[in-house]
Amino acid sequence: MADLTTFTLAEARDGLAKKDFSATELAEAYIKAVQAGRDLNAYITETPEVALERARESDDRRAKGSATGAMDGLPIAMKDLFCTEGVLTTAASHILDGFVPPYESTVSANLRSAGAVMLGKTNLDEFAMGSANITSYYGPVKNPWKAKSGANVGKDLAPGGSSGGSAAAVAAGLAMAATGTDTGGSIRQPASFCGITGLKPTYGRCSRWGVVAFASSLDQAGPMTKTVRDAAIMLGAMAGHDPKDSTSAPIAVPNFEAALTGDIRGLNVGIPKEYSMDGMDPEIQALWNKGQEWLKASGAKIKEISLPHTKYALATYYIVAPAEASANLARYDGVRYGLRVPGDSLDDMYMNTRGEGFGEEVQRRILIGTYVLSSGYYDAYYIKAQRVRSLIANDFKTAFKDVDVILTPTAPSAAFPLGEKQEDPVAMYLNDVFTVPTSLAGLPGISVPAGLSKDGLPLGLQLIGRAFDEETLLRVAAVMESAAAFPFHHGAED
Amino acid sequence: MSLDKDTVKNIAYLARIRVNDDKLEPLAGELSTIMGWIEQLQELNTDGVEPMASVAAMDLPQRRDVVTDGNCRDAVLKNAPDAEDGFFAVPKVVE
Repeated sequence: MADLTTFTLAEARDGLAKKDFSATELAEAYIKAVQAGRDLNAYITETPEVALERARESDDRRAKGSATGAMDGLPIAMKDLFCTEGVLTTAASHILDGFVPPYESTVSANLRSAGAVMLGKTNLDEFAMGSANITSYYGPVKNPWKAKSGANVGKDLAPGGSSGGSAAAVAAGLAMAATGTDTGGSIRQPASFCGITGLKPTYGRCSRWGVVAFASSLDQAGPMTKTVRDAAIMLGAMAGHDPKDSTSAPIAVPNFEAALTGDIRGLNVGIPKEYSMDGMDPEIQALWNKGQEWLKASGAKIKEISLPHTKYALATYYIVAPAEASANLARYDGVRYGLRVPGDSLDDMYMNTRGEGFGEEVQRRILIGTYVLSSGYYDAYYIKAQRVRSLIANDFKTAFKDVDVILTPTAPSAAFPLGEKQEDPVAMYLNDVFTVPTSLAGLPGISVPAGLSKDGLPLGLQLIGRAFDEETLLRVAAVMESAAAFPFHHGAED
Repeated sequence: MSLDKDTVKNIAYLARIRVNDDKLEPLAGELSTIMGWIEQLQELNTDGVEPMASVAAMDLPQRRDVVTDGNCRDAVLKNAPDAEDGFFAVPKVVE
């Protein structure tokens, strides 16, 4: 039998339907792979018992001929930001020590109802704050890819972040697919670094209920998969209206897979001129040009567009996101869950707990957030940033009058070595320069692996779509994917 | 915009985060760098632009004001570092 850990969701789904193998066999193969791949540190918690139990249930459903879900028997990993009933949930933070949720997040519950089999909880940057997966209390994740030439040969590379564990797990065959969350690029940038597909849906497409909150006006869950088809399958299983999240959109979930017609003739693809930045890596520019040629060859029309407020997006994000984070993370007080570090008074206990429980980057962002929300600075920073956010969202609104999707690079570089850029927070923030504007506007964005750098490392291209038009986005992404012919199952292993 | 040690000490207190005195100076430097970089927004004229608090193009939904959840005290307390007699327990606050 073929190595079961090389299949895509679509292939395994068909194999299960034809009874080529069972869900239990799939789960067993992946449990073995997860154990053999521990050196990557992709998982914080492995849940082989849960996986085997759900795989057995799936096999039973199939044997009895009862209804099966869209992902029945397919083994996936869950970013450890989703609350999972009875399974340790850490957000990669010391402050959530020992937290076992008595409830299940809506997205993970939806996936479970669709029959998906959970292999474990994947590593991430602490509270999803980071772009290299180096702020995790549980240690950094290693990118399964290695440089074949250049200055970084032999070095362990960052998988990107914050969904670095999910990206590394999918790239290394330690999960068939994984959930991610994206606040400013946390699905798309690690997908680019690890050579997989990562989709941040429209804000409101997937419920945020039961997902540990970072910045509530930006956070959105999405699929991280080997292929665009898999992203379509998994998004369909994750999405849907949820009365428990007041920002969840009360609209029907389309059949995303049916949108993959392969036909993009006549579609208009926008190329934002502001994304050609000074000092841009020529390799990234060349890949971006190639992406335009691929889409043109498939019958799309390329149009230059302008998103004039692009250069202000990162600064806006680094006011809005920390402000919301400082409010959201106020709940970690040593009283209701997780870590408590004793103190002489209640205040003392709060301060000791939060001083020890939060890592450096999380503390930095809470402090920035507290500062921009404090009296005397609120208007100058927070309200100002919200006004600029309106301008950025309007840029996209105007552009989408003329185009159907927008094509950009996903990240300004390939994966960099673990430990680099650590000293300078602002240099780290620049990783998200191409992904943050989409997040601020709440639009869907997908990173598709499009090529290799001269050193043999994956590079992704990003497509951005209209709000709630993931169908067009996925259709164009699939066309770009087949033109790119990215070497999926191989590069990561050798 | 540059933040001094005392400002950092004050926001750390507002955020209830213990920061040791020897960390205040380096932290003030880091936060000043970040705030200095953010300062670029001030060059942009935003007069008359509405602040955007949410991208969701919808009004917040309302529901009937009825109890829809509850009777789960033990589940709520299950993860508490310290719980007594059905309550969260904290250090003494009233002398």
